[in-house]
Amino acid sequence: MIRSDAPVLLEISDLYARVEDQPILKGVNLTIRAGEIHAVMGRNGSGKSTLSKVLAGHPAYTVTSGSVLYRGENLLELAPEQRARTGLFLGFQYPVEIAGVNNLEFLRVATNARRTEQGLDELDTFAFEDLVRERLGVVQMDPAFLERGLNEGFSGGEKKRNEILQMALLEPLVAILDETDSGLDIDALRIVAGGVNQLAGPHNATLLVTHYQRLLDLITPDYVHVMAAGRILRTGGKDLALELERDGYDWVDQELARLGAEPAEVG
Amino acid sequence: MPLLSVQSQLPWLAEFVGAPLPNRREEAWRFTDLAPLRDLEPTNLPVVDPLAGVPLPKGVSRLDPAEWAPLLDASLVATGSEAAWPVALNRAADPQVLALRVTGEADPLELAWDAGSAKGLAALRVLLLLEPGSSLDVLQVVGSSGANCTSLITEVVLAENARLNLGVLALGHGMASLLSHIAVKQEPGSALSCTTATGGWGLVRLEPRVMQSAGSAQTRLRGLQMVDGQQLADTHSLMSFGGPAGELDQVHKVVANGSGRSVFNGAVKVPQAAQQTNASQLSRSLLLSDRARVDTKPELEIVADDVKCAHGATVSQLQANELFYLQSRGIGADQAAHLLLRGYCDEVLRELPAMASAWHPLARLLGDGA
Repeated sequence: MIRSDAPVLLEISDLYARVEDQPILKGVNLTIRAGEIHAVMGRNGSGKSTLSKVLAGHPAYTVTSGSVLYRGENLLELAPEQRARTGLFLGFQYPVEIAGVNNLEFLRVATNARRTEQGLDELDTFAFEDLVRERLGVVQMDPAFLERGLNEGFSGGEKKRNEILQMALLEPLVAILDETDSGLDIDALRIVAGGVNQLAGPHNATLLVTHYQRLLDLITPDYVHVMAAGRILRTGGKDLALELERDGYDWVDQELARLGAEPAEVG
Repeated sequence: MPLLSVQSQLPWLAEFVGAPLPNRREEAWRFTDLAPLRDLEPTNLPVVDPLAGVPLPKGVSRLDPAEWAPLLDASLVATGSEAAWPVALNRAADPQVLALRVTGEADPLELAWDAGSAKGLAALRVLLLLEPGSSLDVLQVVGSSGANCTSLITEVVLAENARLNLGVLALGHGMASLLSHIAVKQEPGSALSCTTATGGWGLVRLEPRVMQSAGSAQTRLRGLQMVDGQQLADTHSLMSFGGPAGELDQVHKVVANGSGRSVFNGAVKVPQAAQQTNASQLSRSLLLSDRARVDTKPELEIVADDVKCAHGATVSQLQANELFYLQSRGIGADQAAHLLLRGYCDEVLRELPAMASAWHPLARLLGDGA
């Protein structure tokens, strides 16, 4: 939902970042207001996944110039955990499996870290179980998964549901979902997309990073951005995604050649 | 009681045992120096029978000496360790033998010893005879809080179709040593699950040795050893298959902090007779300090050709991607590291027999209120 008077949640200006010695982001500009759903599309290596990791504070990436304001404050100086506590959420493309760390306990610790930041009381195990059982419905997840190790032995679809369950518990202001559709069959995709739609509201924003149109059949974006060679090459409405689906990304090369830019290799 | 009336020129312990202390030129002691034992006070500490005055659990009864005498050493001989130095030490101390017979589905048994802060040698010997088809959960809890050495031999005979869940939780002291030798003889159809967890000892030598006398049995070994400060922990395990279709599932984990040293040597013997053996051994070490040292070695002797034997060893720090995942959910770096460490340890500790939870192994091993 686009409202020009809605508060700006995230403002990325001329952002450059590298991993080791490899420059990947080369001048990203993007403004996200409350209530909006953005999709960043692009080929492998375009830098779209890097953008999501840089925003979440992944230590492997170094910002070399530019700025990111989150609710008007410098996001880049916050530790990853502080970004999360203040309402930035990254849904991982490949959620990590951590055997031995109980999923339910992990969810409770994470939820309480966010609640403490919001000035809310921490939830004890009983109150939290009530909350988590209610939120399980968002992703139609079997409560048995709560008792397992964190993502331990979960299928691809179960891991992604667990990501959206975390999103439902943490109630982020800006949710960045990195290739959430990858590895999902159509039923799991519907459930995950349904969860995202339920959680999207006028006060938060969603940034979908995706390769394919199929996720956008289920979650309608307000803006679609095409990333290439570490920058946003074109921005349009939801029709741009359909255009990409029809015409592919070949035009990107011509556009880049015209701009004299090298394609990025990692992303 | 004093062990020697006259102070000898030899290290008293060597004279006492009748054999010199193992030295580091021997392969089995390459990384492990028994030097801390040289300072041991020559005193045989009295050891209280942990079952004295306690009603025995259902299904557990004492064997009388006429019954246990012929069984004694049978498992040591089966696993080829009757001449091992830690065994000789235990023998020399002539400890009381706690010999138990298990029939049917027995209630859980807990055996707790604490050498306390007294100086000297505390020797114990346990013999468990599990009758055919019987089952038992037994937890040994070994403690110390001073400059002493606990020598513990646990001999087990698992008859056909018997099932044993053996846990050893050993929480020691920087001045204390533990030499624990576990010898298990398994008959076909039997199942052994042996989980050991050690931490806090200045010196630990743990020797779990299992012989499946005719194969066709299941063996599950889990180990967690934690070292910190100047501590040294050494596990030398042996799995022998005396016949076909035996199974081994072994995971040994290490947490090495401070200037601690950890040694793991996992021997697996699969002779010609042991076709269709299915064995896997995994050694995982977590290095939390750049001063800590880990030596880990699988030692596979496989002669049979129709077998599955997998092994692997990893030595690593906490995984950066796991830390980042937790941080990205609002969990601070220190708490994230702590959660990962707890999870890593808990994978082994949760396999201890259920009554171990009353001892709060995770909190005590990690030295916090976890």
